[in-house]
Amino acid sequence: MPNPRVAFENQLKELEDTLLSMGKEAAAMLEDALLALKDRDVPLAKATIARDDTVDKLRFTVERKAMELTATQQPAARDLRRIFACISIASDVERVGDYSVDICKTAVRLADRPLFKPLIDIPRMERMVVQMLQDSLEGFVSRDIGLIEKMIKGDDEVDHLYHYLHDELCDFMKRDPALVDQAVQLILISRYLERIADHITNIGERVYYVETGELRELHQ
Amino acid sequence: MSDSVTGRTESKIDVRDFELFYGDFRALKGLTASFSKDRITAIIGPSGCGKSTFLRSLNRMNDLVEGVRVRGEVALDGVNVYDPSIDLTWLRSRIGMVFQRPVVFPMSVYENVATAPRVQGVSGKRELDETVEKSLVAVGLWEDVKDHLHDPALSLSLGNQQKICIARAVSTSPEVVLLDEPASALDPIATLKIEDLMWTLRDRYTIVIVTHNMQQAARASDYTVFMLDGEIIEYSDTKTLFTNPKDVRTENYVTGRLG
Repeated sequence: MPNPRVAFENQLKELEDTLLSMGKEAAAMLEDALLALKDRDVPLAKATIARDDTVDKLRFTVERKAMELTATQQPAARDLRRIFACISIASDVERVGDYSVDICKTAVRLADRPLFKPLIDIPRMERMVVQMLQDSLEGFVSRDIGLIEKMIKGDDEVDHLYHYLHDELCDFMKRDPALVDQAVQLILISRYLERIADHITNIGERVYYVETGELRELHQ
Repeated sequence: MSDSVTGRTESKIDVRDFELFYGDFRALKGLTASFSKDRITAIIGPSGCGKSTFLRSLNRMNDLVEGVRVRGEVALDGVNVYDPSIDLTWLRSRIGMVFQRPVVFPMSVYENVATAPRVQGVSGKRELDETVEKSLVAVGLWEDVKDHLHDPALSLSLGNQQKICIARAVSTSPEVVLLDEPASALDPIATLKIEDLMWTLRDRYTIVIVTHNMQQAARASDYTVFMLDGEIIEYSDTKTLFTNPKDVRTENYVTGRLG
């Protein structure tokens, strides 16, 4: 191709790298939030909450870079879709950070005594969601629609687990009302994980849009 | 691959399997396209792709070039303009043209706009006055020049001289206006004014504009035709062509990656 537009490509890469940094930071926050819950580690929970500032700042950087690129380079077609997708994805990643903060706050609330049952399904949900986030960002970088579609199927499993957990915890609460304080917090955490998964499927839809030019709902 | 877009507004000009040769050189290769009535269609493509040649084929301006041969059809409201029975003066009154460099006659503003109607046979002063005023109103110049109608047209700014040329083009009440890089010689503000003018003219005229400025095509047209090496590669509504083109060659061109 006669005109590779090196300067423009470099700027686009910078924008996408900023977005990827943001995604990595949010993924790390999520993993640490679950660790803080499991280990009843209040300092870790608080340190993780503080990391949300970084995610928020990166989101503004993504928006600023996207606007500058649009103003100065008159992007069209796939270039334009890439830039707009970065803005949209940054918004969803920021929500992942926010929900991770919510999980940390809940972990702090639960830290004063052991849980009435061992954590099994919540860590399972968390592993699925972290994998979804990694796949969505990998799909964005490698332009792999197949990976995106696989990732979105994972959302069904997360939803399934959420409903299962919800019903199980309700049963516990009916049988022993003393468990309500802890059980409600656990339901909240599973809800946060389910919402994170939804935001990640939004990311998948944006990647699909960049590659195909089609904006559509890819999940229920 | 040439593609005609149908099912939108009715078409004003239908081009079918149109070929043009400069001597042995096949400059236009089997073009088929329809231009929608009262819409703006932009033709874009790299230098030498044939876009100006195509535009000038619509009103037979290429007849003036020695060694040009054509095949196929260009139909205006269903009538083939290449039919030997067609009167070229009549054709040029139905299809007006504006060129890249504003070519005002070395006459007054009034005379510039009155010339074409005069050639058409309009002679009464009142009729001429009305036609001149209507044309200058149509291009948004009337208020500026109404008290200076007998000033030399060359004393106007370049942007306004181009508007005089557009006024001249619409003075015969054509149905179609062709513009060949109408803003290339103008500064950015004058360019945007010409584009705004095109939008106001759109409801009354079928407009076809050739431009090497992609952003202009993106700003100022309903439909865009992308040409390469004498062929139509893609033809769709402008928004789609610039956000999600179907052909990879179109994508490479609009993203600035095709030389």
